[in-house]
Amino acid sequence: MTDTQYVAPQTLDEAVGAFAAGGDDARILAGGTDLLVQMEAGVVSPGVIVDVKQVAELTTIEETADSGFVVGAAVSGAALEEHPRFGEVWPGVLEGFNLIGSTQIQGRASLGGNLCNGSPAADSVPAMVAAGAVATIQGPDGQRELPVEDIPTGPGSTCLAPGEILVSLTFPPRPAGSSDAYLRMIPRTEMDIAVVGVGVSLTIEDGVCTAARVGVGAVAPTVLLVEDAAKALIGSKLDDAALDAAAGACSAACNPIDDKRGTVAYRTKVAGVLLKRTTEIAAERAQGA
Amino acid sequence: MAKIHVTTKINGEPIEFLCDPSETMLDALRNELGLTGSKEGCGSGDCGACSITLDDRLVCSCLMLAAEAEGKEINTIEGMAEGENLHPLQEKFLEEAALQCGICTPGMLVAAKALLDQNPNPTETEVRFWLAGNLCRCTGYDKIIRAVLDTAAEMREAAQ
Repeated sequence: MTDTQYVAPQTLDEAVGAFAAGGDDARILAGGTDLLVQMEAGVVSPGVIVDVKQVAELTTIEETADSGFVVGAAVSGAALEEHPRFGEVWPGVLEGFNLIGSTQIQGRASLGGNLCNGSPAADSVPAMVAAGAVATIQGPDGQRELPVEDIPTGPGSTCLAPGEILVSLTFPPRPAGSSDAYLRMIPRTEMDIAVVGVGVSLTIEDGVCTAARVGVGAVAPTVLLVEDAAKALIGSKLDDAALDAAAGACSAACNPIDDKRGTVAYRTKVAGVLLKRTTEIAAERAQGA
Repeated sequence: MAKIHVTTKINGEPIEFLCDPSETMLDALRNELGLTGSKEGCGSGDCGACSITLDDRLVCSCLMLAAEAEGKEINTIEGMAEGENLHPLQEKFLEEAALQCGICTPGMLVAAKALLDQNPNPTETEVRFWLAGNLCRCTGYDKIIRAVLDTAAEMREAAQ
C-alpha cells in the first residue's frame, strides 16, 4: 500500500518533534477537511501524518482573565459555536468560521487549518484579521507569535518554518461597545467559495467609531488587512461620507484575479459594497453590546 | 508499512480492526468491517453520503482517517434501527417516499438523526441548512425535508 505513517502525539513537544522529524513530507492533521481531499486527489502523499487532536493546547478554548480568548488551532467549528461566550464577544469571527462547508465539515474543520491551508478565500481569515487575532506558533526552536495577517504568504503557502505548528489563536480583550461582523459574496446561498469576503471589527463610544480593523478576502493572493479603510472609519460617526471613503479604500486595496467566480471589476466593486454592509452590521451589534 | 491496530466502539459495540495509516474511516467501514451502509459519493466531503457520527458529532467518514477512531465512539446507519424496528425517521422516509435511488439515504438519515438528537423542534430553514451537505440528485429535497419535519413532530408528540 502506501508508505505513510500516522502518529497522534499527546503533547505539543512530541507533536513538534514528530512533525520536524518528518521533514517536507510531514503533514499536520487537524480536521482533515483539506488534507484528506488533497490525499484523495493525489496532490499530496504525506510521509508522516501528525494528528494534533490529542494535544490539549490545540483543542481547548480558554477565556482569559481579561475576557480575551485563546482558541486551539484544531478546535472545530461546531465546538466553537457551542462555546457559551465566544460567539457573544466575536460574532463575526464565529459567523465567518461557521460559513465554511456543511454541518459535517463544521464537525471537523478548524480555524488553524483554514488559516494554514492558505486560501485567499478562506472564510474565517478576514474576520480573524479584523479581530487582531495573534497566532501562537511552536517549532523546534521554540515559540513565537505573529499577527494572523502575516501567516499566509500566497495561495496555499504560509510563513511557517519547517517543523513549526500553529498552536492557537489569541483574540484580544474587548472594550465595551465593540463587535464584529463578516459577510461574503457567493452566487448561491450556502456551500460555496467566497467571491469576496469582508470582516470588520470596531468599537463605538458615544456614537463615534474609536477603533476599527478591516480584513478582506478573495481579492488578492492573501487575505488583506486594509488599514486605509479602517482609518476612514475611525473618528467618524459611520456616516455615509465615512462609509463611502472606507469602501473606496477597500476597493483600492483589491488586486484580484479574473476567474469563473468573478471578474476583477466585479470583485473590486463588491469589496466596497460589502465593506459598507459589514460595517453596518458590526456597528449595530456594537451598539447593542 | 505496518497496519495500525484500532480499538473503538461502533454502534455501541467494542470493535478492533486493522487499517492502513492513510485509509479513510469510510474505507475501513466498508472494506474491513463490512458496514456498507455508508456510501462513497464524492470522496471529498461535498455530498454527505458517508455521514457518520464521531463522539456524537456529525462528520464525513471520507474525510476522517480510520486511525482516528481509536478510543472514540462511532455510529453509522447500521446502528439506527433496533433489530427489526426501524427508527421513526426511517419509517417516515418510507411512508412519504423521501428517497428514490437510495444512495444518499443513509447519509440523510444519519444527518437528520443527529439534528433531531440535539434539536427536537427544528424549523424548515434549520432542517434545510443542516442538510445542506447531503446531496440528493433524485428527490428535489422537498420530500426529505417534509419527512424530517413530520418525524420531528411525531417524536415530540410521542415524548409527551
